[in-house]
Amino acid sequence: MKINKIACICGSGLGSSFLVEMNVKDVLKDLDLTEIDVEHMDLGSAWPGVADLIVCGSDLEDNCKKFGETLSLNNIMDKEELRKKLEALLEDKGLVE
Amino acid sequence: MSSIIKFIADLLSAPQILIGIIVLIGLIAQRKAAHEVIRGTLKAVLGFIILQQGAGILVGSLDYFGQLFQEAFGVQGVVPNNEAIVSLALNDYATATAAIMVIGMIANIVIARFSRLKYIFLTGHHTLYMAALIGVVLTVAGLEGFVLYLFGGLALGLTMVIFPAIADPTMKKIVGNDEIGFGHFSSITYWLSGEVGKIVGKDSKSTEEMKFPKWLGFLRDSSVAIGLTMLVMFLIVTLMSGPAFVADELGIGENYIVFAFIQALIFAAGVYIVLAGVRMVIAEIVPAFKGWADKIVPESKPALDCPIVFPYAPNAVLIGFLVSFLGGIVGMLILIALNGTVILPGVIPHFFVGATAGVFGNATGGRRGAVVGSFVNGVVITFLPLLLMPVLGDLGFANTTFSDADFIGTGIVLGNVALWGKWAVLVFIAVAFAAPIVYHYVVPEKAEAPE
Repeated sequence: MKINKIACICGSGLGSSFLVEMNVKDVLKDLDLTEIDVEHMDLGSAWPGVADLIVCGSDLEDNCKKFGETLSLNNIMDKEELRKKLEALLEDKGLVE
Repeated sequence: MSSIIKFIADLLSAPQILIGIIVLIGLIAQRKAAHEVIRGTLKAVLGFIILQQGAGILVGSLDYFGQLFQEAFGVQGVVPNNEAIVSLALNDYATATAAIMVIGMIANIVIARFSRLKYIFLTGHHTLYMAALIGVVLTVAGLEGFVLYLFGGLALGLTMVIFPAIADPTMKKIVGNDEIGFGHFSSITYWLSGEVGKIVGKDSKSTEEMKFPKWLGFLRDSSVAIGLTMLVMFLIVTLMSGPAFVADELGIGENYIVFAFIQALIFAAGVYIVLAGVRMVIAEIVPAFKGWADKIVPESKPALDCPIVFPYAPNAVLIGFLVSFLGGIVGMLILIALNGTVILPGVIPHFFVGATAGVFGNATGGRRGAVVGSFVNGVVITFLPLLLMPVLGDLGFANTTFSDADFIGTGIVLGNVALWGKWAVLVFIAVAFAAPIVYHYVVPEKAEAPE
């Protein structure tokens, strides 16, 4: 499945999810996948199908699963954890070599 | 000629435009592509307008709530909510807020560069709220124009490094390394919770060895949590005021229960709209700020929003919220008994701040630390706003106020120094700003950074 849009979600959609969005964008840039849209929001603004992939902290994983495929981070600010998990996931989908 | 001057004057005094100009300059300085510049500038202006419109919605609902509370209990009831009070503050203090925010971020970079307080405060919405608070308090103190913007900005820059420094020791314990700072303006009660945890938490097991019902997680959705709490509060005051008061005094035609139900959710909708506006305003500002900070202060430590600690102790998050809320209710009952202004338990402060206090308490004192620490948080943020209201000028009479301890603490300190006169505030801010920088150059590097 192709990924067109990634949504980063946290409780209020202001601080953490925004920083995750910046990290996701950095990782995608390194992978040359800049055509993927990335945005951040709060739980209340998400709906099933809001994005092809959702990135959140592990504490919100259960809340986010119902909106679509979810990638959860143990340390929401750890860019290396994000990079590893996101790269593995994109590889599975055949989007990166 | 005069019409051109008026055009420029009007342009610069419209805060929405001012924000747009600031973002425009920032985007051009980053050499963004033209379409990015247009998009970013327009979205910042739009965000500001959305924020202001949300304020109107909040005021309507809060106004009813205030009257109902007065009728039910005979005293003023205040719902602490940062979004509500900031959106009100922006009606009159928008230009000051915008200017202080920009100068404050520059001041943050300056302190981080030239002192040992290496934090870069990246929680943009809290920067905005603190800018609004400082703008209000210093205007009430008598400052205006450029002096207000400059000294307000210095004060803001200072709060952006001091509060992360206060939270830092416990933060290291939670995260296990020293790479990220903590940037959420409730550090006073987080620190307090950590200290309380040290005292009460001897041999207490971690909260993470407990099992908790999963369904409580639905409250992590902030609009659900706000809607639910406002619903309960509105129903209580409406039932106590009775149908006659609603129909005759407030002039409401519909059934009083239906009215309460809808007004409660209008408040939640208002907060949602304000948040959407805030998100759009800071979306362009924070990445630019981060970019400059990374260049100028390469060894800086990003100070980040409170949910970064949630995954480290999910149970402490739930305990913290519930117990802090309980503390808020106990505090409210005491205030009702004392027959003065009553601070109601706001959802967001207990929800995010109580939860974080729980994590801090757990880090130093296990279960007992989490419970007692977050209870203390709940009680403190119920009583502290009473000291802030006198220094907020007309905004002190609004039915809402700032909810987090650092806003309240900063307001109380600046407001009370201002009682000595304008010059006292200016000297106080200047000295406080210079202190960490002078310290860095005078005291040898080996010594620990202050705080």
